[in-house]
Amino acid sequence: MLRLEKLTKTYKTGDKALKAVDLEIPEGQVLALIGPSGAGKSTLIRCVNRLVEPTEGKAWLGDVELTTLSQRGLRKARRRMGMIFQEYALVERLTVMENVLSGRLGYVGFWRSLLRRYPQADVDEAFRLLDRVGLLHMADKRADELSGGQRQRVGICRALIQDPALLLVDEPTASLDPKTSRQIMRLIVELCKERGLAAIINIHDVALAQMFVQRVIGLELGAIVFDGKPEDLTPDVLTQIYGEEDWEATIKKVEDEDDTGEVAAQ
Amino acid sequence: MTTFADGVLHTHRELDDMLGQRWRKPRLIRRPWLRWTLWAGFIAYLIASYMTVEVNWSRVYEGLDRGWAFVLAFTSPDFFSRGSDIWDGMVESLIMTVAASVVGILISIPIGLGAARNIAPLPVYMICRGIVAVSRALQEIIVAILLVAIFGFGPLAGFLTLSFATIGFLSKLLAEDIESMDRVQAEAVRASGASWLQWVNYGVQPQVMPRLIGLSMYRIDINFRESAILGLVGAGGIGATLNTAFDRYEYDTAAAILILIIVIVMALEYLSGIVRARVQ
Repeated sequence: MLRLEKLTKTYKTGDKALKAVDLEIPEGQVLALIGPSGAGKSTLIRCVNRLVEPTEGKAWLGDVELTTLSQRGLRKARRRMGMIFQEYALVERLTVMENVLSGRLGYVGFWRSLLRRYPQADVDEAFRLLDRVGLLHMADKRADELSGGQRQRVGICRALIQDPALLLVDEPTASLDPKTSRQIMRLIVELCKERGLAAIINIHDVALAQMFVQRVIGLELGAIVFDGKPEDLTPDVLTQIYGEEDWEATIKKVEDEDDTGEVAAQ
Repeated sequence: MTTFADGVLHTHRELDDMLGQRWRKPRLIRRPWLRWTLWAGFIAYLIASYMTVEVNWSRVYEGLDRGWAFVLAFTSPDFFSRGSDIWDGMVESLIMTVAASVVGILISIPIGLGAARNIAPLPVYMICRGIVAVSRALQEIIVAILLVAIFGFGPLAGFLTLSFATIGFLSKLLAEDIESMDRVQAEAVRASGASWLQWVNYGVQPQVMPRLIGLSMYRIDINFRESAILGLVGAGGIGATLNTAFDRYEYDTAAAILILIIVIVMALEYLSGIVRARVQ
């Protein structure tokens, strides 16, 4: 579904952020991208939707070649890729509803978006999504009035209302407490399953990644050094990705207590 | 145990030397002789420059009477003997202020967007920064003299002067606010497939709107005060009336005009406080 072929990014400073990365993700697969800071995780997902322009290589989403698209074609392709950010990246002075509906900007015309007159189907879908993440009553609050976990759930709604085929998720839990982190990861994975979405999730927390994903990619200095199942992450592999440390505690199987109901309850 | 303690002792040798020592923030200029030379030079220059300002004490003594008469006039301002002139001048000034502010602000917004390096391509940026630089380099009075020469006496020249000055002021500050906005919020909007205009409307505008409104209110305030000055060079407004009053030594009328200007500026200040509190 997403295929990267020798994708390379060299920044103007000469830093090689990505070195000819090859990667193929089948439909509906949720994948975690791990690696130390500066390994190129953010660059990789930003090269897919071209918030960062790749220097070389190709990327296909289905049968659309992304790297050569015109501005117009790129806008259309971006609609199929929802993005979820570290620090949420909600537009703080807009309301929750405006933030969610901004996910439809690729579909509606300028005047409609300027006057906030969205098609009823979009508005209904926004309400449905907010209800799904338990924030329906917050629709008219300003985004900066929300807590971290709530903001990230709005960020998830904004990505999903695009009706994407792929989610690009950049450190979704980096600024959340451990419990909220799990809830957010669980929510993302559940929603991907419900809608059959593929996802690339950049994540620092190795244990959290192991709990939720089907496949783990390890990135180091812009190159893939590990590609396998979460249970194959041994101390040796982690040493290869991150460097020497005592990894036993990190990959100890974390007990997954039953708090499934909490996301909906809050 | 002993070796461990020895090890600690050894590695902390440097610390032992430093304990009990006074600590001061390092000076900006390290070398004392250079620092003191610079200070001495600065003070010498200051004394020398004050000595070159000539004061004609007998002239000052004569002038005190006139100054005192002017101050006294504030106790008996005369709003009525030139009432219709004052009224006409005020109306003209307010019209100039509002018209020039609206036109200036509307033109400033696109130029401000263009002058923000993080959203405009380099050629557009250079052009917009050029416009801003020209507008800011030319002081209002100079522009007004030029425009009076072109369009003749009257409020048209004043209106154009203030619009021109507003562009330089507002575009520059708006551009700087855009440059310091949160990039990620705007990036998130772009990632949804938004067009450029939609991106500006959703990703940029909400971030800079409070500042834009605050600056606009402030500029209206400045424009009104400037409109009182522009009359001095024949560009219309209350300044013309004020100038005439001074020329005729009608200090009570002049005082009335100044009081009105102060009241209006205070009212604008109050209004802008309310507006800014609401949009934050």
